[in-house]
Amino acid sequence: MAQYQNLFTSVQPVGPLHDGVELPREDDKRTGTPFLLHLLGRIGNAQIGPVYLGSLGVASLVFGIAAFNIIGLNMLASVDWNPIQLLRQLFWLALEPPPPAYGLGIPPLAQGGWWLIVGFMLTVSILLWWARTYRRARQLGLGTHVAWAFAAAIWLYLVCGFFRPIMMGSWSEAVPFGVFPHLDWVSALSLRHGNLFYNPFHALSIVFLYGSVLLFAMHGATILAVSRYGGEREIEQIVDRGTASERAALFWRWTMGFNATMESIHRWAWWFAVLCPLVGGIGILLTGPVVDNWYLWSVKHHVVPAYPLGNPVVVDPAILGAKP
Amino acid sequence: MKLTIKLALSLLAPLAAGLLTGCERPPIETVQTGYRGTGMEQIYNPRTLLKQASLNQAPAPADAAAADGPKAKEVYQNVQVLGDLSVAQFNRHMASITQWVSPDAGCAYCHNTENFADDGKYTKVVARRMIQMTQSVNQDWKSHVAETGVTCYTCHRGNNIPTNVWFAPKDRKYANSAMGDLAGQNSATQTVGLTSLPYDPFTPYLKDAAPIRVNGNEAMAGIGNYSNRTSTKQAEHTYSLMVHMSESLGVNCTYCHNTRNFQGWEESRPQRVTSWYGIRMARDLNNDYMEPLTKTFPEHRLGPKGDVAKVNCTTCHQGAFKPLYGAAMAKDYPELQALAKP
Repeated sequence: MAQYQNLFTSVQPVGPLHDGVELPREDDKRTGTPFLLHLLGRIGNAQIGPVYLGSLGVASLVFGIAAFNIIGLNMLASVDWNPIQLLRQLFWLALEPPPPAYGLGIPPLAQGGWWLIVGFMLTVSILLWWARTYRRARQLGLGTHVAWAFAAAIWLYLVCGFFRPIMMGSWSEAVPFGVFPHLDWVSALSLRHGNLFYNPFHALSIVFLYGSVLLFAMHGATILAVSRYGGEREIEQIVDRGTASERAALFWRWTMGFNATMESIHRWAWWFAVLCPLVGGIGILLTGPVVDNWYLWSVKHHVVPAYPLGNPVVVDPAILGAKP
Repeated sequence: MKLTIKLALSLLAPLAAGLLTGCERPPIETVQTGYRGTGMEQIYNPRTLLKQASLNQAPAPADAAAADGPKAKEVYQNVQVLGDLSVAQFNRHMASITQWVSPDAGCAYCHNTENFADDGKYTKVVARRMIQMTQSVNQDWKSHVAETGVTCYTCHRGNNIPTNVWFAPKDRKYANSAMGDLAGQNSATQTVGLTSLPYDPFTPYLKDAAPIRVNGNEAMAGIGNYSNRTSTKQAEHTYSLMVHMSESLGVNCTYCHNTRNFQGWEESRPQRVTSWYGIRMARDLNNDYMEPLTKTFPEHRLGPKGDVAKVNCTTCHQGAFKPLYGAAMAKDYPELQALAKP
């Protein structure tokens, strides 16, 4: 069977179980005794644990679990505490932000108050988790690339649920916590603002999204393809290329005339991934506070193609003084 | 290695089969309705269409009756609406309405069979008003029904009560509690095509006249009085009305709109104008004809909040882009074409 068809990790080297590097004295202890799980080794590393939770992790989980449960209880309450209906309608249910009438004020609990509380708790939870990724990276002597990539996603989350509603002067503009409801919110936002596809930052965000997918496929495929020459030792090969790196580079130079290197491909991937929510967030922040109608904005800037109109041209009956 | 393949296949096969059950079985036919490249097209499945077509057949018209002879109001008592018909025409009409509305219960559904002139049964009072409503639709709403017109059958289809009417939806049991506000949406209901959009688009738009348009006419956001204050939540309400219309007519958004620019009339199809009048027509019928009948109906005919049954697009259309696929049924019933003089 050809190697590229394999879904699962084919080699599971197993050494003595270890806790990892020593932690500084002021840090908490790691939790759990490490053990091996062969099946998980098929898709990742077979060693499970130990976990470092620490004060940031615990605080983040407390806020996160509280938010999750308040959302769930509101969903359950909205189907009159019927667990079967909760399961049946789970994808439809949501915790909605307050109605537009409340603006940025504090609404009653029954009308968006819970949403405001949950929004605060979830945001605190996410920010604490971010601080945790930053601090853990530092304690391991790593760069903070993961934390900053995560921050890009948090930026988009805050734009949708916090910055934009504030600029619009209404919590009702924020995203509901629910599966279909948040998707319907996306459609409604686009419809309200004259088609989000005409928002250039939305377009740019899609470029980085699909670009990330393309880069991921190219990079994953390249490394798997040269793994028989030791190509997976990417970090060493940044400075000491070896035949795997040379062959991978040659392949892309032959097929498209240009190739990334073992270092630069990871910078490509990181920036594409980070720019996707970064520019997307800019696009959403402009939608409403700055641009009201993206279609008309695009007409104004001559990027909308004109098609022949029907004959006779359809006219708005409301301006014809038509009855009623 | 063989075991791994088997394992992977046994996991993937049911997953793939499960995902496929969410799909509609082909063939899917596409009909282009606008300029190429604009995506203006309708999607049909001939199998579904065949089933729909059989459900939307107009019955054969009754044989025409002679217009001469004495008038109904001269022969019968308490004939308030159709009195100017000849007795033969009047009886033809009564026979037809029985076929359309109460084929099982017959005349007795509305009439006291001891005394046909008696207004004791509420159904007779309602029926009289509904005849006037039908006349009004054909006379005043040609902008929506054109020359095709409507008859009782357009909505009733052999049922005492049309199968598709709407009431203000019931509140949930603990609606006054501090938790679980649905905000008028997020329920798995057929009304809005199983989306989580607001489930009652009818009260604001087909009874009240809340503004449907949410788009502004300026590219940039204005300030103060110059800004478009319409909220995303309002857009969701409009969206749910549009989903209702699409479901009622069995058509896509592009039946009326060019979806790159939903608001633009010049890029829309003329059908959008027809439906614009349709919304106003449904609203008028609900306010002028249905609401005033609230007290006439017995309690068990009213909705959970005590409101009368009202019309929406599905009441007539029932899944067809034109009710009964445009069968010109009304022309055989001239007495329904214009409001009778009082």
